[in-house]
Amino acid sequence: MTTKPLSASSSGSGVSLHNAVAIVWAFAGLLAGLGLSALGIFRAASAPGAADPTTRLPLAVTGVIALAVGGVILWRYVRLLIAIVTQADYKRARHTMKIDLLQILLLTILAVVLFPVVWIFSMSLDSRDFSRPVGLTIIPPGATLDAYKTILTHPSPNPVTFWQLLRNSLLVAGGTALLSVIVGTSAAYAFSRLNFVGRRAGMLGFVIVLMIPAGGTLAPLFVLLNGIKLDLSALQGAIPAVYDFLISLGIGDGTSLRTTLLGLAIAYTSTALPFAIWNMKGFIDSLPYELEEAAQIDGCTRTQGFLRVILPLSTPGLAVTALWGFLTGWSEFILAWTFLSEPTRFTLPMVLRGMIGQYASGTPWSQFSAMAILMSIPAIVIFFLLQRYLVSGLAVGGVKG
Amino acid sequence: MATLEPVQPATSTRKNPLASLRQTLWQGRLAYLYILPAFLIMAFITFYPLGYQVWMSFTDFQLKHLRLQNPDWVLFDNYIQILKSGLPVTNFNFVRILVFNVVWTAVNVVLHVTIGILVALALNTEGLPGKRIYRSLFVIPWAMPALISGLMWANMWHEQFGAINQLLATIGLPGDTRWLLEPAPVINLPQIGVELPLAFFAVLIANVWLGWPFMMVIATGALQSIPVELYEAAEVDGASGWTKLWRITLPLIRPAMIPAIMIGIMMTFNQFNIIYFVTGGGPLGLTEILVTQGFKLVNPQGWYGVASAFNIIVFLILGAITLGTNRITQATEPYYA
Repeated sequence: MTTKPLSASSSGSGVSLHNAVAIVWAFAGLLAGLGLSALGIFRAASAPGAADPTTRLPLAVTGVIALAVGGVILWRYVRLLIAIVTQADYKRARHTMKIDLLQILLLTILAVVLFPVVWIFSMSLDSRDFSRPVGLTIIPPGATLDAYKTILTHPSPNPVTFWQLLRNSLLVAGGTALLSVIVGTSAAYAFSRLNFVGRRAGMLGFVIVLMIPAGGTLAPLFVLLNGIKLDLSALQGAIPAVYDFLISLGIGDGTSLRTTLLGLAIAYTSTALPFAIWNMKGFIDSLPYELEEAAQIDGCTRTQGFLRVILPLSTPGLAVTALWGFLTGWSEFILAWTFLSEPTRFTLPMVLRGMIGQYASGTPWSQFSAMAILMSIPAIVIFFLLQRYLVSGLAVGGVKG
Repeated sequence: MATLEPVQPATSTRKNPLASLRQTLWQGRLAYLYILPAFLIMAFITFYPLGYQVWMSFTDFQLKHLRLQNPDWVLFDNYIQILKSGLPVTNFNFVRILVFNVVWTAVNVVLHVTIGILVALALNTEGLPGKRIYRSLFVIPWAMPALISGLMWANMWHEQFGAINQLLATIGLPGDTRWLLEPAPVINLPQIGVELPLAFFAVLIANVWLGWPFMMVIATGALQSIPVELYEAAEVDGASGWTKLWRITLPLIRPAMIPAIMIGIMMTFNQFNIIYFVTGGGPLGLTEILVTQGFKLVNPQGWYGVASAFNIIVFLILGAITLGTNRITQATEPYYA
């Protein structure tokens, strides 16, 4: 309200170029609203008379949607034109134009972002795989959930169910997230708050590891993990419950660490650690040091200050670091492909990769798509759950806000 | 746990220099204890294999040497063969792969950062409905496992059945382009060793689709931390929207963007999943980057010695790029407290 006289004096009330553009835009919006509404009415009205019953529903649905969107646009622009005519409110016209241009841009980006996802979804319903006739349809004719059934019962030629693979992947990804958060945060705290000889060199050393190519250390890692065998049979007599639990996770049965999910999680942790340390150091850097000083005056030790002051304040940073570790473990396949030999311990990416044949026409695309969707869901759900921390928790590099 | 127990106050020991030295050492010991787990994991899983790899790179280590006999020393032979592009691998040309890798990284990061900042700015507009929905949906490409994104885009670019060609055919354009297989270069600059086939643009689009949301999230966080008063003050002084963007917004989000850009450079330079699964380095090895070539030397080739030398060269190159970027950005970076 208070800015109104200012804008009136600065832009002038006469018909400047700006105002003319706004008027043209308002009329264009009106026409677009009318056109879309008319199209919606036409489609919806023609739906009952459609020859093919399967096209009736899509016609009606798209018609009603077009009518609704067109109606909203129409309503918006009728009001705007009234405001222009009765109050010469060009500022409002320009604001509407700006917002709607942005909406068009953002909707276009959204379409590009979602197009591959919709495509995969549509393929997963299509049982014809690559022998399908050419054409784009969201719900293909003859849509079926068979591919999902196949994936859930026997996703690969091996006698392993989807749930076993899911459990393996969750164990590896969850283990990677947990390990990298615990180990990374503790090191990040030292790099951020404690003064010691070798601090800069150590930090640089960890960051350099980010530059090691994926799978670059495959061969030596294979030899190393192959040589480590964890045998916990001594534990069997002492605490059978714990022993049974660990064995059920594939830990401590005397096989080499290379073939176990634990070995894989440790290997992934080393991939996720540099980011974890870097990000957590940046996050802890941004917390005021006075809080810890106050805690120390109240008699807290360093470690108590870390556990009771820093950690509770670090939730966003911890969430993002854990997310990074989870995603690392969830989608990695090179190490898993090279190390694991027991089909019951395979992870989801391995089986997904295994479906892709040498020739595109030999690949069961509907099953591939169904599995890709099932495998993306946990990652996306976790991403959404942690999303409110995403903006504040990414503190890479330690910029003080 | 004994929070009320009186602990020796830190201030009293500071007077005595010997005690302060002891305190420094004690703090150092504590720090080493905090770093120990990370150090152990990195030492075994990263630094030890790295050292092992250096040794392997000077030998003719092959698949048969994994369990049985010891390999022979070849000294710098592996390195020389790689740098001279003398490896008996089809379409292997080290300089071309390196140049392509640099072009690939630069084009990608520039696009990721530009799109990320622009969308973050658009979503920062006051009074824009649906901001939260857009922000949630725009991160989907980032949340998708990269392996799936790679395989999915390979399928989308398929000349006959892929979604892209079907979409083009639907809107009346020719829908039979061999996106991934056509070796004829679209951009050909032999003077600087750049030869970009259609497949380059196909993988580029796939990787831009995947990479910009990360930059958008970082830019959004930085934008939200800019005090509104700055813009209000600028408006009072009569600054235009363009001036505000160049004089306030961009300088203030720069400190947050620079580390993100460095991470972006490292991740894109080594972006295995997209290149390997979308084009597989083809056609004729024209979209091969260093990591995918290095991986192929191990699997299926099984030349561990050569692959080690190759990886060490990649590591050194990327290290030089990163240190260079770091120096440039730090040298020009104004510091805000």
